[in-house]
Order: sequence, then C-alpha cells, then structure tokens
Amino acid sequence: MKDTVESYTTPDGRTIGGVLMEMKNITLRFGGVVAIKDISFDIREGEIRAIIGPNGAGKSSMLNVISGFYKPQEGEVWFRGERRGPVKPYQVAREGIARTFQNIALFEGMTVLDNVMTGRITHMKAGLPAQALWWGKAQNEEVANRAHVERVIDFLEIQAIRKTPVGRLPYGLKKRVELARALAAEPKLLLLDEPMAGMNVEEKEDMSRFILDVNDEFGTTIALIEHDMGVVMDLSDRVVVMDYGKKIGDGTPDEVRGNQDVIDAYLGVAHD
Amino acid sequence: MPDQLLFAAEVTLNGLMAGVLYALVALGFVLIYKASGIFNYAQGVMALFAALTLVGIMDGQVPFSHLINAIFGTEVHHFGWHVPAVAAILLTIVVMVVLAWAVNRFIFRHLVNQEPIILFMATIGLAYFLEGFGDLMWGSDIKKLDVGLPQGINLWIDETTYNAFGYGFFIDNLDIVATVIAALLVIGLVIFSQYTKQGRALRAVADDHQAALSVGISLNFIWVLVWSVAGFVALVAGIMWGAKSGVQFSLSLIALKALPVLMLGGFTSIPGAIVGGLIIGVGEKLFEFLIGPLVGGATENWFAYVLALLFLVFRPQGLFGEKIIERV
Repeated sequence: MKDTVESYTTPDGRTIGGVLMEMKNITLRFGGVVAIKDISFDIREGEIRAIIGPNGAGKSSMLNVISGFYKPQEGEVWFRGERRGPVKPYQVAREGIARTFQNIALFEGMTVLDNVMTGRITHMKAGLPAQALWWGKAQNEEVANRAHVERVIDFLEIQAIRKTPVGRLPYGLKKRVELARALAAEPKLLLLDEPMAGMNVEEKEDMSRFILDVNDEFGTTIALIEHDMGVVMDLSDRVVVMDYGKKIGDGTPDEVRGNQDVIDAYLGVAHD
Repeated sequence: MPDQLLFAAEVTLNGLMAGVLYALVALGFVLIYKASGIFNYAQGVMALFAALTLVGIMDGQVPFSHLINAIFGTEVHHFGWHVPAVAAILLTIVVMVVLAWAVNRFIFRHLVNQEPIILFMATIGLAYFLEGFGDLMWGSDIKKLDVGLPQGINLWIDETTYNAFGYGFFIDNLDIVATVIAALLVIGLVIFSQYTKQGRALRAVADDHQAALSVGISLNFIWVLVWSVAGFVALVAGIMWGAKSGVQFSLSLIALKALPVLMLGGFTSIPGAIVGGLIIGVGEKLFEFLIGPLVGGATENWFAYVLALLFLVFRPQGLFGEKIIERV
C-alpha cells in the first residue's frame, strides 16, 4: 500500500494526487444490525478505488454513506480537507460527488438528452426571474450546459439514442446513460455502484473501457463497487476489501490478492 | 340554420366555458399528484381559502376578528382601508406560498415513504382543517368578490351572431376572460416545466425521487414549489368561481367535480386535465340539453360521474394518462 501523501505517477502515466476523501472509523447500524463496523480508508485524487467483498459485506452501505443517503452513527467523513457535517444527499451532489445506482435510477419518462441534462442542475445558477425573461445569463448558461452534455454523450457513444425515452432502452444502455448523467455533473468524485452488474462480456468490456477513459481523459476520481474480481483487478489502482461490515484488506490489486483474509472471505472459510 | 342547432351550439360554447373552471381545479390536482404522488383532496378547499383571503385582504378585514374579539372583549372587524385588487392578489400569493411551506413542513415531511392511502387521508384532514381555519380567519358569510373582471353578456358576440343567424348567443364576458386566463396559465406552466431549471427538476422529482436526490435536487424545495404553484392555480380558480357565484363554502365542493375530470384526462397529464375539463363541461351541458328533457332533467348532477365510470371500465389510465406496464 502506498501511504505517502505526495503525488506519484502510475506505470501507465496517470498522476495520483493527495487525499480527496477520507473515511475515519465509520460505523453504521440499522437497529441492532451492524452494516459497517469501524472502517477507515481514503480515496486519492485521480485514482480508481474499488470496494469489493462478498454479498452483504456492506459495500453498498459504504457507498451510501459517502453519497449521504445513509448517516453513520459514528465516524467522520472528510472531503477535500474539510470535515463533512450532517448532510442531505442533494447537498453531497452539490459538493461535487455524483453517483450511479445498483438498480439504475433514471428518469424513465424523459429522453436520454433530458436525463443527462438533469446532471447539470448543480451547474445552473440563473434564478427563476432571469429564466422567465430568457435573457442573457440564463440563455448563455443553457447553451454552455447543453454543449457540455453533448460532449459527454459523444464520449460515451450514445448519440444515436439521444432523443429516445429512457424507458425503452435495454439494460446495458441504461447503465451507460446513468453514467453519462453522473459524468455531466463534472464530479470531483464519481461513485459507481456495481457498474457491470447483469451485463454480458461485451457490455462489461465496453463499460470497463469507458471507466478507464473517463478517469484518463477527465482525471475524474472514481470509487466503484464490483463483484467481478477480474474486472476490479484490471481497473483499479487500490482496493478495499470488506467482509461482514469489516475491512479485511486494503492495497493494490496484487497486495490484496495475496492477503490470506481476503482469500478466506472469497473461498468461504468458517468464521469463528 | 335551424333553431335547435343554434341552441346546441350556444350550449356547447357555454359548456366549454364551464369546462375551463373544472380544468383549472383539476390542474392543481395533477401538479401535486405528478410531483409527489399525493392525491390532494384539499385542492378545492385551497381555492376557497385563496378566494376568502383575497376578499378579506381587499376589504381590509381583520383576520381572526371573532377570536380576537372573544378573547379581548374588543370590537374590531375592519382596518378601515381597501386594498387594490392587484396588490391584494400579490399578497394572497404570498399567503399561498406560506401555506405551501407549512403544509410540507408540518405534514408531508413527516410522511415521506408512507402509503398513498395515508397521504390521501392526510389531505382529507388538511381539507377540513383549512375549511375551519378559513372560517375562523375570515368568517363564514358569503362574500362578494369583485377584482374588476368584466361581467355580463358580451354584446359584440350577441350582435354578430344575431346578424348572422338571426339568433344572438348569450356568452358571459367573465367566461371569456376565464378562458383566456386559463389558456395563459397553461402556456405558462408548460414553458415553466419544459424550459426552466426548476421545471426540469420538478419533472425529475416526478419521475424518480432517488435519482433526483443524486443529481442535487432538494425534494423539500420542489415540494414547496409545486404546492405553491398549485396554490396559485387554486387562487385563479377561486377568483373565477368567486366572481361567478360569490365566495362561499360550497366552493370547496368543486373539488368533487374535478374527480371525473381527472379520470377522463388521466391523473398525470396537464393537457389531460384541460381536455377532460372541457369534455365534462360540454358533455354535461349538451346531455342536459338533448337527453335531459327525456329523463326529467337534473342530469348535470350525475352525468360527469357516469362518464368517468365508463372510462374506468374501458380506459382506466384516462385519455392522456400513462399506461402502467410492469415487467415481470
């Protein structure tokens, strides 16, 4: 594990910066059930950070803590050098953390373009009166936002379905539209909850390529949850391994692969 | 042209005008239902409350005067001034926004993720509370509402049609104004929801709450906004209805006529509310005119409901509603 705070360059030439987000001693309980138990880890600027673990390990709960959907009972969340107070999910989004969902949460009745445009809502500043009159600022803003959205749509190769209502799209494309919406917000941190769940091999390869490209082109920091071990090991710079709400490993893919606890968790050794 | 046909044409026109008022009330329902899944039984009472507040402010009435007088033994009823209509309307809008905020802060914020039936019961409670509150605040007497809208027969239409067909149509000026205002309101709402940031956020919330949160939309803000807009629509409906037949507590019953309108138009469609309102308005007037004499009249009381029932059997999602298809 690289525990230096200085930035370094990866073998493939990307720059990993200082700590962007730090989770300190997070504990999350639902009634008597402990979903996350005293977990600490950090996410560094520009890296792809994976959270893996067997079913029910608390990975999604962790992502929900980062994005403000769940409030941990104990622990601190630090983002860009500041401790985060109690926040609502929409405030987290406004701080520059965008996410996708395991079970896809898109606006089914809207077109792909409109869906991706909603990702720009945090960037629209003009008030209602200005928009009502449709003058200057509001109009320029709309044009600039629209231009950015078109770039994202081109980037993710979904031009052909721009005007299609999302409800009519197949699963794999919906996942891509959701990624486009999150990307449209120009997030400082992008959270992906099982971006490849339910996909076939080709779709998985496409999605992996997009995740790497996003990280490479925009320098977006990405934290992702994934089941597919092969994919995780190929994609990520560092991996957190969770099991039964606890952190059992943290490090580069190679380090994690050799960790006895991790092997036990995945192969199923009796817990004592 | 034969007389019967001319009568029918006049009846149709008048039906259209009546339909506009139904449509206005139905519009308020649709707005809230779309954004929050709440069927707001109190929409009719909101129109009443808005109209009461408007009259009260215009006449310089002291709010809660009965209560104040009973507690302090005073005799205050009026401030002794009259507020011009435009200023009074603006003040009433402020009151409706405060009401929207209070409704969300004290009721619906505590009922997030509850069953629709519970939300519906809450709005019934709200309806009776608001009716009593309006009574306490402004008194229960029938009030005259005059914001300076033209009223009475439109002579130009009367004369033109008389010269053309030998029979003058009776169209009330107020109905024409109501139609124009309703049309402007709908155009405004469509522009708002299609082209503004808040409108886009509103459509997003209507579609998926979780996704809306994740792109940075505050649900509370949108709910207050949508209840404010519904309050504004209620005010417009209240003004029209009040100008026509005085501000009285039976006004809250117009909410019931909006139900068949919604079943026809679909609960989630703004154009549906308008078209549904017009169909019910024209339908019940024409039915009364053509079939009424054969069955002893008073068909206006039930025609809308029977029509709605037929729609429920053959097209449950309404004319413009979204068909619900669940994947299994």
